[in-house]
Amino acid sequence: MAAGDDLKLLGAWPSPFVVRVKLALSFKGLSFENVEEDLGNKSELLVSSNPVHKKVPVLLHNGKPICESMVIVQYIDEAFTGTGPSLLSSDPHERAIARFWAAYVDDKLVTSWVQSFRGKTEEDKSEGTKQMFAALQTLEGALRECSKGEGYFGGESVGLVDVSLGGLLSWLNATEEMSGTKIFDPVKTPLLAAWAERFSELDGAKLALPDKDRMVEFIQKRQAQAAAAAAASQK
Amino acid sequence: MAGEGDLKLLGLLVSPFVVRVRMALHMKGVSYEYIEQDVIDKGELLLKYNPVYKKVPVLIHNGVPLCESQIIVQYIDEVWPGTNGSSILPADPYDRATARFWAAYVDDKLFPAWLGILKAKTQEERAEKVKETLAVVELLEAALAQCSNGKPFFAGDSIGFLDLVVGCNLLWFEALRRLFGVTFVAAGKTPLLAAWAERFGGTEAAREVVPDADKAVEFAKKLMASLCSAPVANAS
Repeated sequence: MAAGDDLKLLGAWPSPFVVRVKLALSFKGLSFENVEEDLGNKSELLVSSNPVHKKVPVLLHNGKPICESMVIVQYIDEAFTGTGPSLLSSDPHERAIARFWAAYVDDKLVTSWVQSFRGKTEEDKSEGTKQMFAALQTLEGALRECSKGEGYFGGESVGLVDVSLGGLLSWLNATEEMSGTKIFDPVKTPLLAAWAERFSELDGAKLALPDKDRMVEFIQKRQAQAAAAAAASQK
Repeated sequence: MAGEGDLKLLGLLVSPFVVRVRMALHMKGVSYEYIEQDVIDKGELLLKYNPVYKKVPVLIHNGVPLCESQIIVQYIDEVWPGTNGSSILPADPYDRATARFWAAYVDDKLFPAWLGILKAKTQEERAEKVKETLAVVELLEAALAQCSNGKPFFAGDSIGFLDLVVGCNLLWFEALRRLFGVTFVAAGKTPLLAAWAERFGGTEAAREVVPDADKAVEFAKKLMASLCSAPVANAS
């Protein structure tokens, strides 16, 4: 890292989008100041750094803000090309494929999994779950294609898609524990199941991924709050 | 042109996503075979080359498909860097991040809002979507001020990534004006965008690629009719 490179991350520890940025920083070996935001009482810095969305993560590099997790991850890769491994191949076709699947994780997996939690009706929720498993099946195929027999979407080492999906791991593992249903099923999606284990063991991942038990506690608290709010609004 | 290989583009002439890819190809002076698709009644080719989303545009380069317009434009920029003197994405990582941020905003917020005007089932719903679209346009006026820094385009002296991403929606703003009488970019409310829109329309790439708004009007009527008759998957 060049002298005078100041990196500050405005985040919230449970957010999978924040975790993605921490993963990228971690894999690149970049040190940064972690600022934990209270999302119920957002800081002046957060609001002024991300006036459009007022969301985390926001990365401040020498005071200049970058927003949106995958934009930030690509920025980290491009601004620090000399530091640590590259998260994207130099080949334009491989880059396009990686960007496609990284975006797919947001468009299909995140969306459906959120619906499985927050769907307004039981029907909505189970539709979300169904679509989530369909997306995982598609990602199994993507992993087979992208890994080319190696361990990661990025091939021999982690890349953009590993970071995009990796950010969700703690949430997905917590969901698995709470529902009793395997999400990375070794029978249905063997490559993904192996990938999840392998990824979690990486030093860089251990630094960035929130603890599963802490995640479970957090989700349970959130669900209780949502149930209480729903009950209160029905009175 | 040297190194071109075999290039095909599956598209819909009036699709803003296809327009931006065609403009990028034009900027690079790259030739390709264009194949118009029926997006309401999708054909074999589209389903084969974009099984995940079944949408246009799809760029097929030497038999290998690439999907998602922003990804395709970046690919084009990387395969033919600086060709024809044009670079689509800025060189500086921070400028690239800024362009990508706003590009994501446009596709996430602007497109669904104005598409919602077409798909609205009631007057109230339509009015709501118009309001939403206007709010996004207002924010883009500020983005233009920030990004252009006094220069003629989002990217500076000539069009770049964000110009393509925003600009491809302009023909639809005109189509919606003809259909519903709503104006989204006007010199009174968004002076920077209004001036930029004229300049954008005047570029060689836009003049070559962007279809007349009445083609979009024609497609809109077809789309609205199909939405009335039967439930249909995303047609875009």
